[in-house]
Amino acid sequence: MASVSERMATAPTTRAAVEAANLHRAIFIAIAVFLAGAPFLLYPVFLMKVLCFALFACAFNLLLGYGGLLSFGHAAYLGTASYICAHTAKVWGMPPELAILFGTAAAAALGFVFGSLAIRRQGIYFAMITLALAQMVFFFSLQAPFTGGEDGIQAVPRGRLFGLIDLSRDTTLYYLVAVIFLAGVLFIYRVIHSPFGQVLKAIRDNEPRAISLGYATNRYKLVVFTLSATLAGLAGATKAIVFQLASLTDVHWTMSGEVVLMTLVGGMGTVFGPMVGAAVIVTMQNYLAHLGAWVTVIQGIIFVICVMLFREGIIGVIAKKLKRPL
Amino acid sequence: MFELLGIPPQALFGQLLLGLINGSFYAILSLGLAIIFGLLNIINFTHGAQYMMGAFVAWMLLNYAGIGYWWALLLAPVIVGATGIVIDRLFLARLRDLDHLYGLLLTFGLALIIQGLFRNQYGVSGLPYSIPPELAGGRNLGFMFLPNYRGWVVIASLAVCLATWFVIEKTRLGAYLRAATENPTLVQAFGINVPRLITLTYGFGVGLAALAGVLAAPIYSVNPNMGADLIIVVFAVVVIGGMGSILGSIVTGFGLGLIEGLTKVFYPEAAATVIFVVMVVVLLVKPAGLFGRTA
Amino acid sequence: MKTGRMLLATALVALFAGGAQAQVSVKLGVLNDRSGLYADLSGEGSVIAARMAAEDFKAKEKGINVEIISADHQNKPDIGSNIARQWYDQDGVDVILDVPTSSVALAINQITREKNKIFINSGAAASDLTGKQCSPNTIHWTYDTWALANGTGSAMVKTGGDTWFFLTADYAFGHALERDTIAVVEKSGGKVLGTVRHPFPGSDFSSFLLQAQSSGAKVIGLANAGGDTINSIKQAAEFGITQAGQNLAGLLVFITDVNALGLQTAQGLVLTESFYWDLNDETRAFAKRFAEKSGGKMPTMVQAGVYAGTLHYLKAVEALKDKDSAKVMAKMKETPTEDPLFGKGEVRADGRKIHDMYLFEVKKPEESKGPWDFYKLVATIPAAEAFRPLDQGECPLVKG
Repeated sequence: MASVSERMATAPTTRAAVEAANLHRAIFIAIAVFLAGAPFLLYPVFLMKVLCFALFACAFNLLLGYGGLLSFGHAAYLGTASYICAHTAKVWGMPPELAILFGTAAAAALGFVFGSLAIRRQGIYFAMITLALAQMVFFFSLQAPFTGGEDGIQAVPRGRLFGLIDLSRDTTLYYLVAVIFLAGVLFIYRVIHSPFGQVLKAIRDNEPRAISLGYATNRYKLVVFTLSATLAGLAGATKAIVFQLASLTDVHWTMSGEVVLMTLVGGMGTVFGPMVGAAVIVTMQNYLAHLGAWVTVIQGIIFVICVMLFREGIIGVIAKKLKRPL
Repeated sequence: MFELLGIPPQALFGQLLLGLINGSFYAILSLGLAIIFGLLNIINFTHGAQYMMGAFVAWMLLNYAGIGYWWALLLAPVIVGATGIVIDRLFLARLRDLDHLYGLLLTFGLALIIQGLFRNQYGVSGLPYSIPPELAGGRNLGFMFLPNYRGWVVIASLAVCLATWFVIEKTRLGAYLRAATENPTLVQAFGINVPRLITLTYGFGVGLAALAGVLAAPIYSVNPNMGADLIIVVFAVVVIGGMGSILGSIVTGFGLGLIEGLTKVFYPEAAATVIFVVMVVVLLVKPAGLFGRTA
Repeated sequence: MKTGRMLLATALVALFAGGAQAQVSVKLGVLNDRSGLYADLSGEGSVIAARMAAEDFKAKEKGINVEIISADHQNKPDIGSNIARQWYDQDGVDVILDVPTSSVALAINQITREKNKIFINSGAAASDLTGKQCSPNTIHWTYDTWALANGTGSAMVKTGGDTWFFLTADYAFGHALERDTIAVVEKSGGKVLGTVRHPFPGSDFSSFLLQAQSSGAKVIGLANAGGDTINSIKQAAEFGITQAGQNLAGLLVFITDVNALGLQTAQGLVLTESFYWDLNDETRAFAKRFAEKSGGKMPTMVQAGVYAGTLHYLKAVEALKDKDSAKVMAKMKETPTEDPLFGKGEVRADGRKIHDMYLFEVKKPEESKGPWDFYKLVATIPAAEAFRPLDQGECPLVKG
């Protein structure tokens, strides 16, 4: 998207880019410190929910903010991973680390297949195709016997990490989730700032130019699509272990819409925006849960406000004030 | 299921006819989307919500003002179309110069708001809306019992689709529209008020969605969620047809209704997914869609 | 566990401090659908019912402090289990009531067991709650799919509806309902001519109804729920299927659905419920008081179940002067139940509450004397036959 590209520094060779990298490092350290202390202040289950969605939003942002591709079906990867992870942990009795791995791998495979189909079209068509494909996954999840239909897969055992660490205590599990989250976002950060990421941004800003420079743009798009699906899957699989549940909510299209909203609120094409956006939206849902259907209305209003007045998102605005990419 | 494979041809006719009826809704909705897309270059995610509004306005007219089906058929599209014009003036007009994806996001947000508000007000159990007495009952066609109202739906939607096609392809107004799609600046230079043309087009497309809603009200229950899932299917219809031609979207709509109808007989478990499967196949073979111009 | 013990400790402290008049504070959470499909049959009405139970029991005078809170689970297991965890962990809730959605109910069943609290379900249909997934902490009060399938299935066959065709929602719940009903129909000597699985949620059922029609079955069993059932019934009327002599059997239809459909469309439908407001003088008296508080709506069987369940729980707490989960559950199971709405009954070892079930037929418009006058009683299924026998549920609690 055009407005995103203007704000981004392109090559990390300038002085400003080095300063930005230092700033980012400082912020990551601050996040790590905060995460280490947070469970003493806040309800760990709530924190884990925020972290899972933050990772999901960051994965989505990798595709939208840096690949310029708006997927409206990211729930498919979150949900598939969550179902596969729950199934392997519950029915096959796998330890949690393997279950998460299986779930993530399933999302990666699905992302590769759907990505190959969707990148044949661009822009709005791309969004509609991803949405339609995700809807197929939804119907599959509803009908397939192993997903349990509306009941979902319940009572998923949290198990013992590497056969040693008992995860049934919320705080213990919280630290595992925090580590997964940090690893995920640092990986995304690396991808964005690698040569691969540079080419990606070039494609996003001007695809014909990138093609004329000799890049096989479709291959780049497919890789970033698959990566994004994989990381979304990682978030989904972790979520299944946290809540001991894989349900239809995770594959429904409203979930796909929610992740777009999180990214939009936080600031798409920023490193930290999706995390902030996820925290804002999850907190809102948690504290406004008693309002029932009004939550949908409020989310819709936030959507409209963001699109009309606030297209850069929270972190985008701050970055503009600081004149530094965040 | 096996006894169904040997289904007599008569029963098959019946099922095909039912498919055609469902296809009518796909056709009107994808036609509306195609017209809006043609001129505004956005996918109107609110379309499903506006379809729902059409049904609700018909219900409200009956219950609050005592206005029956036939007037609702005329009034509801006008009323909902007017709200569409407001939406365009207030929101969409200000997004014209931005990436078209913002239009998609905006209409998505609006859909959430509208559906949420209706859900709060009317619940989700659905409200009853009766078939107008003139069309009650049905006739025996020999191979099936066809309720008169369903027959009316097919005829009405075919008429509306063809009339729309005629206006756009064969009249002067349609010529302006098509020209404005190709080159708005040039058309503006000829003294045509393009922004107004765009706004009215959006209103018209929305009105079509509302019309489909009124047609649907007596058959399906009037329910705030009635458009939410339907719109995703219609998106798939649009991808299959490609946004190239008005006629294309009409033909695709009816055609997919037929395919879905057949699936309900031979493999009902897949009835919800068959359109998506067709979409995948079309994407593999013809990425621009059946009637699409280049991507 | 820890919080449970702490609460017990505080309760004991209160017991000694309070002297002769023992004080027990209990917190009841009514968790149900307040905005969606089941909002009418549970929703605020269930909260009203729980409050009425506390008032009728005169809990305050008996030294029991009752606090009732409520929340909306939006019919999603993830949201429901989140609320339940928070209620048990942070808000000190002792009992969760209602939970009309099966998927959410199964999740709450797990969490309640894990946290050792009490779950009195009224609204959910899943017979697994007292079957494979039964828990020492759960009571299933009002009905379940087995009871509905049994009531409607056997009664229809007895009255001559011996050939069936099923319209089944294609997901776990629909399959279970279909399976249970087929078993009953075949046991009673009926025959199943075919089934068709429709997508869930669906909007157009005409194609499936035509298939049902051409099967020539006397009864079309609707193994679906909510909006799907309503649309199936509506469209069956539209296509003249009921007029042509085939009967519809709703396997999960509530009085609120009949209200939404209107008698014109719903007439002749046969269904099973465990409570109807117009059964006897006591239910009518309750319904009258209920309607005054709920803006004229009559209580559903789900709301009646919340009332009766709350009453039975408070009785156990009063007898024990204690709210320890294990003790209260034991007391509730050993004391026979008695209340104005369901009459006499019992809570079985697997958590299943046993009472009579009733088979109703929806009246014709001309037979109805006014709003909510919907049902004709066709048959009463005695408690002993109404529910799945204890030894057939595969509940691990029973074997012991």
